[in-house]
Amino acid sequence: MVREFTCIMCPMGCDLTAEVNEASGEITVTGNTCPRGKEYAVQELTDPKRNIATSVLVEGGDLPLTSVRLDAPIPRAKIFDVMAEIKKQKLAAPVKAGQVVIENVLGLGSNVIVTKNVEKI
Amino acid sequence: MKKADVVIIGGGPAGLAAAVRLWEKGIRDILILERENKLGGILRQCIHDGFGLTRFGETLSGPEYAQRFIDEVEEKKIPYITETTVIDISKDKLVTAASKDGLLEIQAKAVILTMGCRERTRGAISIPGQRPAGVYTAGVAQSYINLQNKMVGHEVVILGSGDIGMIMARRMTLEGAHVQAVFEVQPYASGLPRNIEQCLNDYGIPLYLSHTVTEIRGTDRLESVVVSQVDDHMQPIPGTEKEYFCDTLILSVGLIPENELSLAAGVLLDGRSRGAVVDENHQTTIPGIFAAGNVLQVHDLVDFVSMEAEELADSAARYLKEEGLPECALAVETDGNVTHTIPQKISGEADFKLSMRVRRPMKNCTIRLSQGGRTVLEKKMRKAIPAEMIQIPVKADKLDKNSNLEVSVVW
Repeated sequence: MVREFTCIMCPMGCDLTAEVNEASGEITVTGNTCPRGKEYAVQELTDPKRNIATSVLVEGGDLPLTSVRLDAPIPRAKIFDVMAEIKKQKLAAPVKAGQVVIENVLGLGSNVIVTKNVEKI
Repeated sequence: MKKADVVIIGGGPAGLAAAVRLWEKGIRDILILERENKLGGILRQCIHDGFGLTRFGETLSGPEYAQRFIDEVEEKKIPYITETTVIDISKDKLVTAASKDGLLEIQAKAVILTMGCRERTRGAISIPGQRPAGVYTAGVAQSYINLQNKMVGHEVVILGSGDIGMIMARRMTLEGAHVQAVFEVQPYASGLPRNIEQCLNDYGIPLYLSHTVTEIRGTDRLESVVVSQVDDHMQPIPGTEKEYFCDTLILSVGLIPENELSLAAGVLLDGRSRGAVVDENHQTTIPGIFAAGNVLQVHDLVDFVSMEAEELADSAARYLKEEGLPECALAVETDGNVTHTIPQKISGEADFKLSMRVRRPMKNCTIRLSQGGRTVLEKKMRKAIPAEMIQIPVKADKLDKNSNLEVSVVW
């Protein structure tokens, strides 16, 4: 099986071709210009992962929202489940970038962290 | 009237990076003027990650990337004023600004232009039809959702495959909207391939190339848009019209450097980049006025904005110390495959970094820099696409100081 994709590890966006050997299951990657490209192609064929960013409501702050992201990628299929978990959250100002909002979200080994400071007013 | 060695217009990624580097170079009499109530510029609303891989070697969200520079500005106690709009810059570098405390006049020795860019609107691309609510530029929708907690719509069509449009396609999908499709008038995407992959393909959002919106329908709120295929000259093909029912149309149809102040100062603009004509020191045609970041040329990556502003700061510091910079008399000329270059003028006696974009996607091409028929250097590219800025470092010892530099693409 041969699959082609665009690497998303960095803005270079290399065109990757991955070939899976049916018998051994071994994956050969070409078109990558760095080792991360190969890792991405293998990951993409076996268990695609993504990071997501969204917002969380903040009470009593100088902004109504803070932004959050994951500190490690999660399986692509779990994106909407994680979004639902994040939506339940509400923080009280002040919040600081780096602050953990949800530890090990849904047991996926990734924390939801704040990415923007919001001052208390 | 106040005085300052350097006034920086705009506290976004370019202005902040320039301020920090100037301080590190020993220039301390700096003032940053920012229109919004916080520093950070457009990064404040770019909450997705992917920033910082080149500059910091890790992937950050926009607010985190900005905060790295804001923390340095605070730590070094570099002066800045927010909620202050610069309304004029004279060619003698008198900066006039409207602030909460009234009119400010600051006489600067050097002025750094880092105002960024603004989005092209419906008016700029003249989409026919009615004028209902529900038509937003991608950045405005991003501001509503990410800063103000206001959802802009539910059934969405996106015109233009710019990066912000694709990022908003994903963002709105995550927030529960249904994004029907992205339409692009050109035969190739204008945003980065990685965003097509992770913002559209991941969510099953189709991208239709050579298509555009030819009519907007709706009285109070947007009700539908008509989409047509376009021919090789980007003209709609009659008979291909298809109606898409939607309440929201997001436009991601390009960015325009915001240069009204540059023009007021008498700075010469380049019709191709829509930013200032600059030399290898990032100095405009007015000595002591410098430009970097999106006001100079639209970038794809903030990392390159910061690095361009840092190079600018090195030159501006030298300008202040030496009370002037060497003349750059050689023009950088381009062939039809190149949309623009920065810089447009060089001395032929110093190292510099050439930034450029190609006009159309090309595979296995060679970018050639030459002077009077002599090849200065060649860079082979497996692929070159308009969405990606190309940067090429050029060493002074390869250059002569008598002939213009020609940049061409051979394929």
